[in-house]
Amino acid sequence: MSYDYEKWIRPGKLPHIWCPGCGHGIVMKGLIRAFDTLGFKKENTCIVSGIGCASRLPGYIDCCTLHTAHGRAAAFATGVKMARPEMDVICVGGDGDGCAIGGNHFIHMCRRNIDMTYIVMNNKIYGMTGGQFSSSTPTGAKASTTPYGNPDPAFDIAKLAIGAGATFVARGTAFHATQIDKLIVEAVQHKGMSVVEILDDCPTTYGRRNKFKSVVEMMNNLKETTVPVKAAEKMTPEQLQGKVLTGVLYKEEGRSDYTTEYAKVIERAQAAKK
Amino acid sequence: MSKKVAFLQGNEAAAHGAIYAGCTFFAGYPITPSTEIAEVCSVELPKVGGKFIQMEDEIGAMSAVLGASLAGAKALTATSGPGLSLKQEIIGYGCIAEIPVVIIDIMRGGPSTGMPTGPSQSDIMAAKWGTHGDHPAICLVPASVQEIFDETVRAFNLAEKYRTPVMVMPDEIVGHMRERIVFPEPGEIPVIDRTAPSVPPEKYKPYDTSFGDIPPLAAFGSGYKFHVTGLNKMEDGFPTTKAPIVQAEEERQVRKVEANKADIMKWEEYMVDDAEIVVVAFGSTSRSARFAVNAAREQGIKAGLFRLITFWPFPEERMLEISKKVKAFITPEMNLGQCNGVVRGCIEGNAPVYGIYHVDGEPVNPEEILKKMKEVK
Repeated sequence: MSYDYEKWIRPGKLPHIWCPGCGHGIVMKGLIRAFDTLGFKKENTCIVSGIGCASRLPGYIDCCTLHTAHGRAAAFATGVKMARPEMDVICVGGDGDGCAIGGNHFIHMCRRNIDMTYIVMNNKIYGMTGGQFSSSTPTGAKASTTPYGNPDPAFDIAKLAIGAGATFVARGTAFHATQIDKLIVEAVQHKGMSVVEILDDCPTTYGRRNKFKSVVEMMNNLKETTVPVKAAEKMTPEQLQGKVLTGVLYKEEGRSDYTTEYAKVIERAQAAKK
Repeated sequence: MSKKVAFLQGNEAAAHGAIYAGCTFFAGYPITPSTEIAEVCSVELPKVGGKFIQMEDEIGAMSAVLGASLAGAKALTATSGPGLSLKQEIIGYGCIAEIPVVIIDIMRGGPSTGMPTGPSQSDIMAAKWGTHGDHPAICLVPASVQEIFDETVRAFNLAEKYRTPVMVMPDEIVGHMRERIVFPEPGEIPVIDRTAPSVPPEKYKPYDTSFGDIPPLAAFGSGYKFHVTGLNKMEDGFPTTKAPIVQAEEERQVRKVEANKADIMKWEEYMVDDAEIVVVAFGSTSRSARFAVNAAREQGIKAGLFRLITFWPFPEERMLEISKKVKAFITPEMNLGQCNGVVRGCIEGNAPVYGIYHVDGEPVNPEEILKKMKEVK
């Protein structure tokens, strides 16, 4: 199947800022395929991001785009969605932006079950500032601020989203390119809060410090350390040791979303007024 | 038909003023002594089809109002000292991205948690310099319940007209006092909406200065698509580091307010014409000052009151003119001399500027001001 990438890329805005081997561009193409598949309208689509390499994505896509402050994508997006519930609102950004500095907004966005999608590009590092450890850097890994190995445990972003109340949570990887758009399509069609974590790579600031010899090795690592959730059902705990699950990890149907609930608040307030 | 009259708290009047001005979105976080604004908005906004959301923190509230404004809503947030500190980065985002929004800050003691229920006027410099970088600042300082209503309407009008965040900063005394208020009829106070683009969507640029210093603002979801960033930007909204563009854009953002000072500044002069001592005051302190001026006149002291209603931009030129005719200024204020320093900065040393400062949670009372007048006359 062919996709109309050019329709969604803003004229004159490429090349992008991402390093060779970075997975963010793979995610962006997946997002465009999802838009194209669903026939999204540019004027009705709003992409909101925070700060960081991944958060530069909205600048390249031709729709309503809002590149906010560090960590605040979810909160700005909540304002957009509340004011215009009919818009398709999608947040994109990195792991540190979304879940460290933006962690509070992230969990409360999930709790509200607001009808938006948040795509976290988890490359396990603060890339734009040169490779400091993030809230999802594995324990023991090297970063510019963990020269002796990371003492911090890492967030499981998908579990965080499920625990906080998101009603659709999926995980993909930058290696599994064709899966990305399928997960995004399902996520944006879900009525309620959907989170898609994409395990990503940063060869420049993470791979280099953690003995990955090439981008190919990093990509293969994403392949080898992940297992589709359906395949995992047939595997033993020993076989699943050290593996991360991918696919749709959680889906809850029927729970009312936030803007629908707020419309009821308006109805009740206006009924009380009469 | 007689007008609607009510006995209202200042904070309640602020919420009603916002709705009169066309506010349809409030995001906030509970904080003393501003919480009643959120409470009244939660009751009243849905009645007019508006939205209220209690966010998870102050930063989230500030972010949500900017998002809602970009989607076309007139948006309000309310807070107090610590919340104002937290919001500051996002206020700067509103300045550089040129997003109309109103922030009400009910001033309490500080720094930090300070005295949450004590009155203060110590956020005045934070209104101008709290967020990093150079940026426009508009700050209104009402002194009565009626004026909170009226100035909140004006704040929305200024935000929409100049496409920038506007702050309303009553001190806690004005925010929590109860007074008679007369509601204006719809249309009695003009309500200004942001200028919508006159060009079709394919020609729209969010910072197109061919329309002047204040470019028209389209709304997300209205058929227009554009990019907004907190980076220094070009007229099409995309980031740039080109020195001449960055310099010109930053200067324009500040010029939006500086070149329109006459429209934004507002003050009241009470017996200033022949005054030898002029008290410069705002908020509840100006009420004590008026009392002191009256008492001084009865005792033959030629005193006057310069009451600020707009604090930023500050009426520098008028202050300089007055300074050429007076023997002294007195600035009574609930801080350690923030207004005093601003007055000194305008008057080229023409007259001494004496201060009366309270940071103890007590108001400045008229007797203190009268005593100072007698000392300096």
